[in-house]
Amino acid sequence: MMSAVNAVKPESATDTLVKVSNLKKYFDTENGILKAVDDVSFHIERGETLGLVGESGCGKTTVGRTITRLYEPTGGAMFFDGVDIFKTHESDLKPFRSKAQMIFQDPYASLNPRMTVGDIIGEPLDIHKLARGQERTDRIFELLDLVGLNREHANRYPHEFSGGQRQRIGVARALAVSPSFIICDEPISALDVSIQAQVVNMLEDLQNRFGLTYLFIAHDLSMVKHISNRVAVMYLGKIVETAFSNELYDHPMHPYTKALLSAIPIPDPAVERQRTRIILEGDVPSPINPPPGCRFKTRCSEVMDICHAQEPLLKDVGGKHQVACHRA
Amino acid sequence: MANLLEVRNLRTHFQTYAGTVQAVNGISFSVAPGEALGIVGESGCGKSVTATSIMRLLPPNGKIVEGEIDFDGRDLASLSEREMQHIRGNEISMIFQDPMTSLNPVLKIRTQISESLQLHQNMTKAQAAKRSVELLELVGIPSPAMRVKQYPHEFSGGMRQRVMIAMALSCNPKMLIADEPTTALDVTIQAQIMDLMRELRQKLNTAIILITHDLGVVAGMCTRIQVMYAGRIIERGTPDDIYYNPKHPYTWGLLKSVPRVDARERRRLHSILGQPPDLLAPPEGCEFWPRCDYAMEICQRQKPELANIEGEHETACWLTHPAAATHLAAKGGPAQ
Amino acid sequence: METPVNVNQFRPVAKDIQMAQTIARPSTTYWQDARRRLKKNPLAMIGLFVIIIMVLGAIIGPFFCKYNYSDQDYDNRLASPSKEHWFGTDNLGRDLFVRVLYGARISLAIGFFASLINLTIGVLYGSISGYFGGRVDNVMMRIVDVIYTVPLTMVVILLMVLFQPGLKNILIALGLVYWIGMARIVRGQVLAIKEQEYVLAARMVGANKWRIMLKHLIPNSMGPIIVSATLNIPQAIFQEAFLSFIGLGVAAPMASWGVLADEGAQAIQSYPHLLFFPAAAICITMLAFNFLGDGLRDALDPRMRR
Repeated sequence: MMSAVNAVKPESATDTLVKVSNLKKYFDTENGILKAVDDVSFHIERGETLGLVGESGCGKTTVGRTITRLYEPTGGAMFFDGVDIFKTHESDLKPFRSKAQMIFQDPYASLNPRMTVGDIIGEPLDIHKLARGQERTDRIFELLDLVGLNREHANRYPHEFSGGQRQRIGVARALAVSPSFIICDEPISALDVSIQAQVVNMLEDLQNRFGLTYLFIAHDLSMVKHISNRVAVMYLGKIVETAFSNELYDHPMHPYTKALLSAIPIPDPAVERQRTRIILEGDVPSPINPPPGCRFKTRCSEVMDICHAQEPLLKDVGGKHQVACHRA
Repeated sequence: MANLLEVRNLRTHFQTYAGTVQAVNGISFSVAPGEALGIVGESGCGKSVTATSIMRLLPPNGKIVEGEIDFDGRDLASLSEREMQHIRGNEISMIFQDPMTSLNPVLKIRTQISESLQLHQNMTKAQAAKRSVELLELVGIPSPAMRVKQYPHEFSGGMRQRVMIAMALSCNPKMLIADEPTTALDVTIQAQIMDLMRELRQKLNTAIILITHDLGVVAGMCTRIQVMYAGRIIERGTPDDIYYNPKHPYTWGLLKSVPRVDARERRRLHSILGQPPDLLAPPEGCEFWPRCDYAMEICQRQKPELANIEGEHETACWLTHPAAATHLAAKGGPAQ
Repeated sequence: METPVNVNQFRPVAKDIQMAQTIARPSTTYWQDARRRLKKNPLAMIGLFVIIIMVLGAIIGPFFCKYNYSDQDYDNRLASPSKEHWFGTDNLGRDLFVRVLYGARISLAIGFFASLINLTIGVLYGSISGYFGGRVDNVMMRIVDVIYTVPLTMVVILLMVLFQPGLKNILIALGLVYWIGMARIVRGQVLAIKEQEYVLAARMVGANKWRIMLKHLIPNSMGPIIVSATLNIPQAIFQEAFLSFIGLGVAAPMASWGVLADEGAQAIQSYPHLLFFPAAAICITMLAFNFLGDGLRDALDPRMRR
């Protein structure tokens, strides 16, 4: 399985920071093999934000966790700055972990309730031996300032904070090692509307200030479109369409992308009254034994004979717009 | 037409170890028969507590300390638990955010729907079973005759929420309270459910109170919208009033803080800095002033009351007072 | 009725983000919270109070008594409770009250130390099994299953027959056998916690296995561990009493409550007080620890948090 991947040469000369090819992650379950991520490839340029959208169970979170080796990959390759992370021994991952970081979805579950905020932010400093004593305290204060929290908050425990503040603590922890790449795994979906805007603005500011590269995973296409340069849409373990943000909204080609766009509520009564929605029938099929052929065929309104027989591959339709659909 | 529900000066407080949390702080509103009222606000603003107060489903440390809840000629706030049981599920139903935990996992769907039919409508077992199938059909569940015999775990999230709606509608209630009914669901499923609720309201003429944090969800569904902040209603009106002519700085901020998928150019989101006050110790004056770009001295001292703007449009903000005109003009008003 | 509006107050002021940012509630740690909840539970507080009295009595009580545990008063053998001898005397004329106090030293010490040994082995075993999972977990838990199928009291009796009966050996026997309950509890906790996002976050910042176990998994399993350890103490006391009762306990002239009860049982017809007082001490202690354990369970349960 790995041989095809070996042929891919590390690309250190270009500006590509992250290159993922043919990523596969299967889980063994009681009912069979769950193909959470099945042959997914993408790349992220340095300083760019790639949005990864899809509904629950599409495998987007698994992508984030597999390319960082929180889960062991089933197959594929992940080049970070030219180094194949999947071929690195687990004990040699420390340098990678000081350059790639993650912000988690649930601000209530992602902070250890028995540690003070200072110790949570200080943990990466301790592990990577970045600062000690007074220097450590100063760095923690600096990080708290950076994410807009008070220095007095360092001695408090996570449960005393609101969701938005906790998410800021999570961001401060991720920034502690001065990373170049941050995976934002649904960082705002558990937050209130006005707090979402605060966190998104902060992420944008931090990106400008430190030249960060983001993989922004979310189910909310409007927020993903807002923050991302490019967007990849996932369905049932596969990427079905990728394009620049505006291009994706203006010219969606995959029927799933079209349905997704039309399902998003718009805070504008006149627009809402006039919209005709594409209402998808039914639910997402189980990723255990997914349907053969196109995985979207069970819900697609434009299904053809070929969709049952053959799985559509991602193909270029110009302008870095790729779509996996036989209609395109 | 007489109102179906009239809430007058409702106050609901919670006793916690740290003190009294003033979750709902003197709100009044009404719902007409067949109307769809949207209650919008962020977590902790009191929107869900309003619903649980109406249903009298408050946790043990919560209490309605003041106010009347006039529903169809009775004051729900003063009914006994027994009388309330007759109203719940029969005249007013409620659906919750999480359809996973609202269904009993060890009972068949048919048994769960039949329960309230047999209880409230005096149906026989056979009648109730037949009606269960009809109800599942009504909410758009395919092959309902087969599905009623299944257990909740055999249904997906969206299907479970449909079952919840079927159960809620089983006794033809006059009013349905939906507390964040689509928050736990995916966008495409959310669209299905909202579509269904819209259709059912027209078909059955049930009044709906839709509680949500998502301004997009209520925009196309509700006839009237009220925005809550820190336990009080700060603005209300028709969707057009709220979206095109908002008068409260919080409503402005909220509308500008959500990115629109149909936006042409990418602009920085407006963010309301800070966070809502802890209702253990809300600020003395307007609850919003510490986060308000338009704060005035009076806002720190005196709570603004809801004042009429035009038609049904009301807002609780000192900026609408004539004396604030110069201040508002100098600031330039909301940049829409 | 309306408050008059002062038109002069319509002057702009700056918003106050600091005010909208401060945390109004007092800072409380998990343990402070737990203590507050425990204090609200009267049964648990009674239990705690009884345990403190017992421990104090065991440690300093004998110093305030005029008799020693081995002092014999030949004129007053088998005396009923009186002003002179609160709990009466035994067949050698020894003061039963003092003997019960000394017995408390031995019984409580056995309870605490046996529980401590169980705790150490159980936490280590359970957290390793739960954290490493897979094959390691499978093998380790099957071993536990095998141990569980053997009646534990039998194992202890066997061990006691092999070794010499005595304080140290009782501790070893009890400690070696009763840790499996703790191991299972810790494993269950660790399995649940290791999927939490904060553990993933720790791995993401490069924490190694030991750090994750010591800083993240074990501290967050502390609640159930403490509850289980608390409930282990009366279990160990009871086991020791049982062993002593069948003659495998600590050797004379030291006497645990079990030994005292054993002696008392032999004269139950004519001198019931000899059995009553040690038995009562065992019962009260077991109840007290169980009340406290249940109270701790409620106080430490994160689902009770508000």
